[in-house]
Amino acid sequence: MKSLFAQSVAGRVGYLPEKPEKSAAELLSAHLLRKVEPQLPELSELDVVRHFTRLSQQNFGVDSHFYPLGSCTMKYNPKFTEQAAALPGFTRLHPLLAQMPEGERYTQGALQCLWDMEQALKEITGMAGYTLQPMAGANGEFTGVKLIAAYHKDKGNKKTKIIVPDSAHGTNPASAVLAGYDIVNIESKDGMIDPETLEAALDDDVAALMMTCPNTLGLFETHLPQIVEKLRKVDALLYYDGANMNAVLGQMRVGDVGFDVVHLNVHKTFATPHGGGGPGAGPVGVSEKLLPYLPVGRVEKRADDSFFLNFDYPKSIGHIAPFYGNFGIVVRGLAYIERLGGEGLRRASTFAVLNANYLRVVLQDTLDIPYNRVCMHEFVASAPEGQRALDIAKGLLDRGYHAPTIYFPLIVKECLMPEPTETESKQTLDAFVEALMDAVAEGRDTPEKAHEAPVTLPIRRLDETAAARQMVLTEDMA
Amino acid sequence: MSNPAELLYAKTHEWARVEGDEALVGITHFAQESLGDITYVDLPAVGDVVTAGEDFGSVESVKAASDLLSPVSGEVIAVNEALEAAPETVNAAPFTEGWMLRVKLSAPATGLSAAEYEAVCAAEAH
Repeated sequence: MKSLFAQSVAGRVGYLPEKPEKSAAELLSAHLLRKVEPQLPELSELDVVRHFTRLSQQNFGVDSHFYPLGSCTMKYNPKFTEQAAALPGFTRLHPLLAQMPEGERYTQGALQCLWDMEQALKEITGMAGYTLQPMAGANGEFTGVKLIAAYHKDKGNKKTKIIVPDSAHGTNPASAVLAGYDIVNIESKDGMIDPETLEAALDDDVAALMMTCPNTLGLFETHLPQIVEKLRKVDALLYYDGANMNAVLGQMRVGDVGFDVVHLNVHKTFATPHGGGGPGAGPVGVSEKLLPYLPVGRVEKRADDSFFLNFDYPKSIGHIAPFYGNFGIVVRGLAYIERLGGEGLRRASTFAVLNANYLRVVLQDTLDIPYNRVCMHEFVASAPEGQRALDIAKGLLDRGYHAPTIYFPLIVKECLMPEPTETESKQTLDAFVEALMDAVAEGRDTPEKAHEAPVTLPIRRLDETAAARQMVLTEDMA
Repeated sequence: MSNPAELLYAKTHEWARVEGDEALVGITHFAQESLGDITYVDLPAVGDVVTAGEDFGSVESVKAASDLLSPVSGEVIAVNEALEAAPETVNAAPFTEGWMLRVKLSAPATGLSAAEYEAVCAAEAH
């Protein structure tokens, strides 16, 4: 498909806004004016509409396909959350209004949304306080690690290391390094963090352990109480990566278990869209002792029930994102939480776990399942001996299903990681199983054919190696 | 591809070819096969010091990015600059043209024999 630039025809126009009364030259200083015209494609409105409609038709999305992308929780995003976020009172709000003189009284509804979301997340996770600012999961991780650093610095602790188990999310070490820590990687034993291995890695320099629970194998960390106890002895904090929160809603409150910092992924757990890298929201919750370091401004409530932004936190790590994060995403998440309620969220988790276990059991003779025991919301499997996870993944695309996550976690050979989520019916799961069995059979009986997949999509098998070795990152717009 | 008997191996899948007080360092056939097509090799600079068991660089493939752990200790006296333009050499010839570092040893090299290393691979394969 040609890019918009390739479709451009000189002089073709679409919709033009009214001519401004004054030219840019009359309004701006000379040094701010562009010297050359912007190099935009010249197209009609219909050209553009067809282009983007075609692109959307070529896409795999939850609204069109089952999308069992493990670790990403691609659940259906119910449309009522879009309606809530599209209310003009929200969309027309200027993000700085709450901070303007007199602006507070015009933003009470929006401030209350932020307040209600914080209260809901506190209730769901048992944490003492939240910031809703971080704009995605990894941004939340970075915020969380900065909070850990602020805590230790304030206490005069000299800490240099963060422990990350090999079953954690890949972003964990990246976030910790970005915040200035050295990483200590520890090996899992039987799919879990091993208390003895942890003990050996633990010393006074350890600032925190970052844990994904359930971990990336889809297994719950059963040694959790011992781990908490060991960390406490050296004043190391326990970080909860909420990527897999969808497994434990209403089952475990991470604050009650002893976690000090948690980041949640609103786009995973609370059914907001996963855009191409955004917009997202990665709220961070903390235990009592980390409250003073949360980003400002914090939404607070006066005795007369009015809401305001409090910037008076001298120990705060400051701003982590412009304004208050991705407000529209928070509204969607809040709408979802309010509509489902506590019981609904608990049921969502229960069905997410049930669906994953159903797939695991139905597929145990088709795939190689290294940790074949009751799993949480996802599980890991290896491609059958002699077959490649990549071929099976591409084969699924041909059969109308998005592939599971592949080659992650790294500790499982030729790994496939399906996460069905709670929103899929048994009929959908059964049809997926049939498609997967068919793709595996093709890989076994006609491997050359399996290497060719996908053959039914507009774009065939990409040469990923060439794409990585000879990157072309520019588009010729001439 | 068999593992040459004259090399020393680390269980993290690197090899060292000791030649007097120097050693060539690379990754094994098993490692390159597990990684898949290698797309980028990040190596230290000549003059850097590497320590046995600690990372000296990383290797990226279409599947993953992995740390490279040095099987020996010493100073880097040469790096295989050809890998920058042709990382696929590591896939094609992991024990020869796909070498990564030449190290001036600061301590005698130790490691697994080819047979011991093969036992490690067999255990990892399943």
